[in-house]
Amino acid sequence: MARYALRRLASIAVILLLVSGIVFTAIHVLPGSAATLILGEYATPGALRTLERDMGLDRPLLVQYATWVGEVISGDWGTSLAMKQPVAAIVAHRLRNSATLAAAAFFVVVIVGIPLGTLAALHRGRPLDVAIVSATYIGISIPEFVTGLVLLLVLAGPSVGWFPTSGYEDISAGVGLWARHLVLPAATLTIILLAHVVRQTRSGVADVLAAPYIRTARLKGATERRVVLRHALRNGLLPTITVLALDLGYLMGGIVVVEEVFAYPGMGRLIIYAVQNRDVPLLQMCALVVASAYVLANFAADLVYAWLDPRIRYS
Amino acid sequence: MPPPLLDVRNLSVHFGTREGPLRALRDVSLSVAPGETFGLAGESGSGKTTLGYAILRALARNARVTSGEIRFEGRDLLGLGGAEIRRIRGRRIAMVYQDPKSALNPTMTVGRQIAEVLEIHERQPARGARARAHELLELVNISDPASAARRYPHQLSGGMQQRVVIAMALAGGPSLLILDEPTTGLDVTTQAQVLMSIGDLRRRVGAAILYISHDLAVIAQVADRVGVLYAGELVEVAPTARLFAHRAHPYTRGLLEALPDLDGTSGLTPIEGRSPRLTEIPTGCVFAARCDFAEAACSVAPVPLVDVANGARVRCLRWQAVLATPRRAVAVARTSADAARDTPLLEVEHVRKYFGGSTALARRLGLGTRPVRAVDDVSFDVRRDETMALVGESGCGKTTLGRLAVRLLRPTAGHVRFFAPKPTDAQIVFQHPDSSLNPMKRVGRSLGRPLVLLGVPRRERRRRVEELLESVRLDASYVDRLPRELSGGEKQRVAIARAVAMSPRFVVLDEPVSALDVSTQASIVRLLMRLRRALRASYLMISHDLSLVRHIADRVGVMYLGRLVELGTVEDVFHPPSHPYTRALLSAVPRVGPRGSLAVIRLEGGVPSAQNPPAGCRFHTRCPDRIGRICEETEPPLRRVSATHWIACHIPVDELREKP
Amino acid sequence: MKFESLAFLVGGVALVLVLALTVLAPWVAPYVPTDQHVLDRLKPPSGRFLLGTDQYGRDLLSRTLVGGRAALVLGVGAVLLGLSLGVPIGLTAGYFGGRLDDVVMRLVDAMLAFPALLLALLIITALGASTGHALLAIGVANVPGIARIVRSVTLSLREAEFVLAAGARGEGHLYVMFGEIFPNVLPSVVVEATIRIGFAILAGASLSFLGLGVQPPQADWGVMIREARQYAFESSWPMVAPGVALGVTIIAFNLFGDGLRDRLGAA
Repeated sequence: MARYALRRLASIAVILLLVSGIVFTAIHVLPGSAATLILGEYATPGALRTLERDMGLDRPLLVQYATWVGEVISGDWGTSLAMKQPVAAIVAHRLRNSATLAAAAFFVVVIVGIPLGTLAALHRGRPLDVAIVSATYIGISIPEFVTGLVLLLVLAGPSVGWFPTSGYEDISAGVGLWARHLVLPAATLTIILLAHVVRQTRSGVADVLAAPYIRTARLKGATERRVVLRHALRNGLLPTITVLALDLGYLMGGIVVVEEVFAYPGMGRLIIYAVQNRDVPLLQMCALVVASAYVLANFAADLVYAWLDPRIRYS
Repeated sequence: MPPPLLDVRNLSVHFGTREGPLRALRDVSLSVAPGETFGLAGESGSGKTTLGYAILRALARNARVTSGEIRFEGRDLLGLGGAEIRRIRGRRIAMVYQDPKSALNPTMTVGRQIAEVLEIHERQPARGARARAHELLELVNISDPASAARRYPHQLSGGMQQRVVIAMALAGGPSLLILDEPTTGLDVTTQAQVLMSIGDLRRRVGAAILYISHDLAVIAQVADRVGVLYAGELVEVAPTARLFAHRAHPYTRGLLEALPDLDGTSGLTPIEGRSPRLTEIPTGCVFAARCDFAEAACSVAPVPLVDVANGARVRCLRWQAVLATPRRAVAVARTSADAARDTPLLEVEHVRKYFGGSTALARRLGLGTRPVRAVDDVSFDVRRDETMALVGESGCGKTTLGRLAVRLLRPTAGHVRFFAPKPTDAQIVFQHPDSSLNPMKRVGRSLGRPLVLLGVPRRERRRRVEELLESVRLDASYVDRLPRELSGGEKQRVAIARAVAMSPRFVVLDEPVSALDVSTQASIVRLLMRLRRALRASYLMISHDLSLVRHIADRVGVMYLGRLVELGTVEDVFHPPSHPYTRALLSAVPRVGPRGSLAVIRLEGGVPSAQNPPAGCRFHTRCPDRIGRICEETEPPLRRVSATHWIACHIPVDELREKP
Repeated sequence: MKFESLAFLVGGVALVLVLALTVLAPWVAPYVPTDQHVLDRLKPPSGRFLLGTDQYGRDLLSRTLVGGRAALVLGVGAVLLGLSLGVPIGLTAGYFGGRLDDVVMRLVDAMLAFPALLLALLIITALGASTGHALLAIGVANVPGIARIVRSVTLSLREAEFVLAAGARGEGHLYVMFGEIFPNVLPSVVVEATIRIGFAILAGASLSFLGLGVQPPQADWGVMIREARQYAFESSWPMVAPGVALGVTIIAFNLFGDGLRDRLGAA
């Protein structure tokens, strides 16, 4: 097990390095130098050169990359061009907000989604399953911004007005207020995630239920209840862990759009802001943080999986 | 006579499929007395597994029992409710089915899975259940039961897994044990171990056993009475000795004549034709289309079961004629000696093949793995116009060696020399008919491809493809079929045709018939021998089936854990003097006729890992004839015993000659 | 009828409808999508305007019909791009294995570490916002996923006996890859591609909604929703029409893809 963990860790390190490379490449290597990006198409050659010198964009690419990586590791995350503040502080604050949103959605998804998916698998082909599966089709097919806007319209509109239409209040301003700002964006995210998780759990549990050892359990005289709880779930939950880590990816994609719809000040909104304002230092760090979070989450999931599956733990 | 424990009466089961009802079992009746072992023999599609599941009401959702009763201890199981059936499962009747690895829950320790039976039926507290689990493991000859119980299934060998499954079945103290192909997929020596455990069990536990298998030889060894199933019908029932001595049904007769025997005297006589589709059962006798004894009357109306003698019944109108006809023994013709025969065609010289293994650096850091030493210094040759066989159990390296011989793999060390003009003069036929043909290509295209490579022009190609099909006894209409429309035997014929298309001088046959039914095996083997003569080619036949090898090989090499332990002509190897491993292998082969004085030699322990082979003689950890430290320290070289016979063992030849 | 078969049928029919309407949109649409009927702004559905009008008085039905074109072109185009790069990469990596496979798969894993939208955003940042760039961005974001699946099927087939037999025949690598292995990879690829088109359309609409994809005044569902946002409380129709169209289209692709998977897997 320890050997497995070490090997995965080595693998992760390589991937993180590659991730940083991709982020860097996407911004600096693609046509249109970073300077043009920042100043726009109508910048004069003189202004471009000045900016390049100031920001060190005239050095060889590899050097720029290496410098940047060094800075990141040492904690110097640069300064935002548009906001004129240290990137680290901005990101930290926004990350916390997004994390709250994500956690809220995730919490509901795990509590509701996994049992729902399991139920669907147990009643495969019967009306309950059909209903659940139909619902998930709708869930995964409707874009987040449509769901979000619909919720806004219906629940936050002037006629109903249960929830605010946008923004965020810190928890210090009161839990109720904080919660009310959180509900709609979290609900939007939850709907999408729920659909994905239910489908994948259903598929995972259905696979397990078709396994020969389930038949063995039945032939031993076990009740359905025992078969499901002691045998099916135990094995079915293993792939679910991987699934949850994967869903973090969907979540991060969805969060960008959801935060934009609800004007929620999180990482997603920050990224859009950085893109619209061509704020290279900010965008680089945001992308790196988000991707790294995903990589680390998957790593954690791998470890948990390895620990729970005796085939890997004792190999 | 005591009432039967299990009494199946006129059972019919069918499955609902898209092509109509699949009538898997039709009017089957059999009974098992308390403490008796009843062997149910049948090939694939005969319905034998369906019967096993039907008894425990564990059939698939689309199955229907359309008629009949299954009486157990007097009660009809088919009429019981869910809770009652659950009480019987695992407790009064227990089932063990094929593939132990997947029958066990991978995330539960073996001990817990056994104890679970007790938890379910006797509500025993954990400690009591655990102790009982240890007892059961001991009952199935697993050493150190306490530590075995704490292991997970993947940490145990195949033979041990199967014994665990049997222990699990015994946990509830059942009066009927249903074993469905319990030793299929296991090596011959492991199978012998498991069969011995089952034999011990019969004596100690006294449960009745319904032993379901396609392997008649195994059934001959364990059963008191035998029933033969064909395409869903019971065609013959008799006490074991009687069935094998006097076969009353043409199908039983055909099966036994198709089985190669270890003495090389009888067998490999094919049964022509195919089993009928279970969605289109013919009227009258279901075997008539393939039967040598059939008359017009056989196809008119269903044939009833009639009594033949004491306890023997048969479903055949012509059984008297069958009993009266003497047995045939048509030997498989081997090639006559040819002057060119001693010229080598393939030379394998000190070849090693290692797989995997991390770099030295990784290993230094403790993160690496050692390579698997699949083939570890093997030398032999294959000469013109001969059939050379490589035998051994799983993991011995024979498959790897076969692939090395056709250059599909490059040796890690050593040389493989092939003396023929073109590299494509060496071809290979594989084991699994399902994966030897590209599922997306029609037969005609698969066969046409080698011709394209040979530069045959298009017009000519069509004709040649039809010729190829004919040479493997397939009709020209097969050209447009897709592999999934063909049976296992037909697919294998196409694979052979494809290999033969390039007129090779040398063909490696990697377990070419192991995945096929016995009746099909015989015809494929004969086809292969015929083709060899026509091509004047040599075969390197890789097989675990010693009886088959006895019939068709000229020379044999016995492999163990990557090395050759014995090499010689077929006469040399199948008679003493023999390497201890060869002796154990031969003794483990189940036989249909009387055993005589041959007891099964028990091999202790399991096969060591190929990543970490034992020092000295590789076999010493399990050898019953170990002579001492020399075996543990020094690798025995291949010592010449006669002009054609080599054995790698430290024991002096004269001593080896003494042993039976 | 089995659920999967029903899904296949419903999805297939819906897909055909959507495709037909989109292709025939210019001829089927009652009005010119860019025509402004100033007196009838933000009107609900009526006899004259079957789905109502938007804030500029443009007929919503016409705009929705035409808006599908950009969405479909983007979705299908992006997936085709993904296939053209992903399939060869996956085939080669799976077939040759070894070092090549290691390096390629590390890169693929790294790209998969980015949520697809984020990757697309990075590319849009560098190139600028337009329909073409959105197509490129989403296409590139699909490459690693497709490569992964193709590689995994290729790996499982690489040791298949019919592939080995081809080697023994002396077939070259190219033939084995495309003549033997690829036909068996094709069903999985087709299923995967169909489902990915649905998600590509979703991603494209999201980008357009964010102002980073299709640009106004071109009619596109994402753009329409973006513009309709300000007036949402006055009339929800400008938002609902394209929203429903999006939903139906994506569901159709998903249903059909899943049904196809069942069909081809069972075959």
